[in-house]
Amino acid sequence: MSQRFKDIDYIGVVLWLFRTAIVVVVLWGTISKLFLEQGNAYTTIDWIDFLIAGLSQGSLYALIALGYTLVYGVLFMINFAHGEFFMSGTMTATIFVALPLSSSGFLDANPILGMLIIIIVAMLVSVGVALLTERVAYRPLRRAPRLVPLITAIGASFFWQYFFRGLYGSTLIPFPELQVLVGKWTVFGIEILKTRAVVMVASVIMLIGLYIFIMRTKTGTAIRAVAEDKDIAALMGIDVDRTISITFATGAAMAGAAGILYGMVFRQVHFFMGFVPGIKAFTAAVLGGIGSIPGAALGGLFLGLIEAVGPPLFLEGLGIPGAHQLKDVIAFTMLVLVLIFRPQGIVGERLAEKKA
Amino acid sequence: MALLEVNDIHTYYGNIHALKGISLTVEKGEIVSLIGGNGAGKTTTLRTISGLITPRSGGVAFDGADISQYRAHQLVSKGIAMVPEGRGVFARLSVTENLNMGAYHRNDKDGIAEDLEKVFQIFPRLKERRTQVAGTLSGGEQQMLATGRALMSRPDLLLMDEPSMGLAPVLVEATFETIETINKEGTTILLVEQNAHMALQVADRGYVLQTGEIVLSNTAKELQRDPTVQKAYLGIE
Repeated sequence: MSQRFKDIDYIGVVLWLFRTAIVVVVLWGTISKLFLEQGNAYTTIDWIDFLIAGLSQGSLYALIALGYTLVYGVLFMINFAHGEFFMSGTMTATIFVALPLSSSGFLDANPILGMLIIIIVAMLVSVGVALLTERVAYRPLRRAPRLVPLITAIGASFFWQYFFRGLYGSTLIPFPELQVLVGKWTVFGIEILKTRAVVMVASVIMLIGLYIFIMRTKTGTAIRAVAEDKDIAALMGIDVDRTISITFATGAAMAGAAGILYGMVFRQVHFFMGFVPGIKAFTAAVLGGIGSIPGAALGGLFLGLIEAVGPPLFLEGLGIPGAHQLKDVIAFTMLVLVLIFRPQGIVGERLAEKKA
Repeated sequence: MALLEVNDIHTYYGNIHALKGISLTVEKGEIVSLIGGNGAGKTTTLRTISGLITPRSGGVAFDGADISQYRAHQLVSKGIAMVPEGRGVFARLSVTENLNMGAYHRNDKDGIAEDLEKVFQIFPRLKERRTQVAGTLSGGEQQMLATGRALMSRPDLLLMDEPSMGLAPVLVEATFETIETINKEGTTILLVEQNAHMALQVADRGYVLQTGEIVLSNTAKELQRDPTVQKAYLGIE
């Protein structure tokens, strides 16, 4: 008997209490919101709105998260400068393409062609910044201990933030509004903001395109081969350095496109815009299981949903004022919870298995 | 002119002097075996030839051209392929994807499809499992896959690192039979083995490595009769 008490795993007990406490808080908040609250309860339409907003925001996170997951897959490195790849393309394309096209009237006359041009320019700039960063800051450190490129990535992130601040200034720059995307569409009786619908459709198309690229093409297969074993990949005739560059470029292209969609939704860009979405997308990648492409997509959507639905559902019922301001708290609580209870993420494999 | 000519190479891992002046030649059409104990430098020799490590000094000539400064991925298209130690299949890629990676540098679709059929002919088991992920194959099947994958590059010279390692005796026999078949179809083979008995049986010539140096070289038949080889590597007193 006394032997059994000695065997109690105290950390396990604390984690169990922690888990229970969170479940209780969430249930309490949810029940009091849905069943006990009088007066200012949300209608079904409101909840559907929250869901749609969450899915639309989540699909942006998913697109950015791909860059983290792809790079982690091949290099086991968290590229903290990825948010800056997102920012650089978006700002450049907004200032040099979107605003001139908008003021000349071209954008509203040819909205699809105009947006395509803006997105392609953003992707190209993001890819350029990513390739330069990889070549100059990461490649020389390929054989260094893992902490070194991590710190370099943080340094690269600051470098690009202040480089673009110096270049474009630190003011908010408005992203032009497209006349065709003002207002709502009604789909199956549900009203959706047009910009949100476009963001979701564009993201899904890009996610599927990327999945096909990685799973079905020769270059995509080479990326997966390099992710497994660089020496063996080289013995197959695969140029490992080039394949790693392609991986960075692919992630950055997705980020550049996501940046323009972000601009469409939030209607403004600035030099610091990459930081929070970057960290959120990293969270999404970890939530889904870093290194896994479907994981990044699922993690992004999940994070977007929980941010949109979580505050009204879990927190308002507890009587917390301004619950929507706390969406970041929910996002990062999710990150911590995942790291504690399911380190491999939603679909990820355990790290130990990965090394075997 | 020999197909492969290794001339006095010195290779280091950091400060460790792993190869202390290895010289060897492989003629077109031969099977040459490198035998020796653990840590003798057999794998390092193959890694140096295949370009994974660059020697600090010495030359490696393939088909008359110096390749000692080339990196591994540049050598595949020149005609060198390697079956790495521990097989090194891509565990999360399917059997067919693994084989196609072997043909990565090639762009002749018809030729690749033809060679894929040829590999499936040599290893019918791989055909049965072609959509399976390589990590789910047995050790013997992974060895077939690694060998087949190397053949997909249509190599002139095939470097094989311990192909029999960890295989059941029946499979070891089969592996060496395959090596002979591949050789008869025109591929030159440089074979590294701990199983000296089998390695010398299939080889034309052999080299014995000890702590980074070649201590003996002769025809395989002579080496099998050599009393020091018998004692140290063949278990014959």
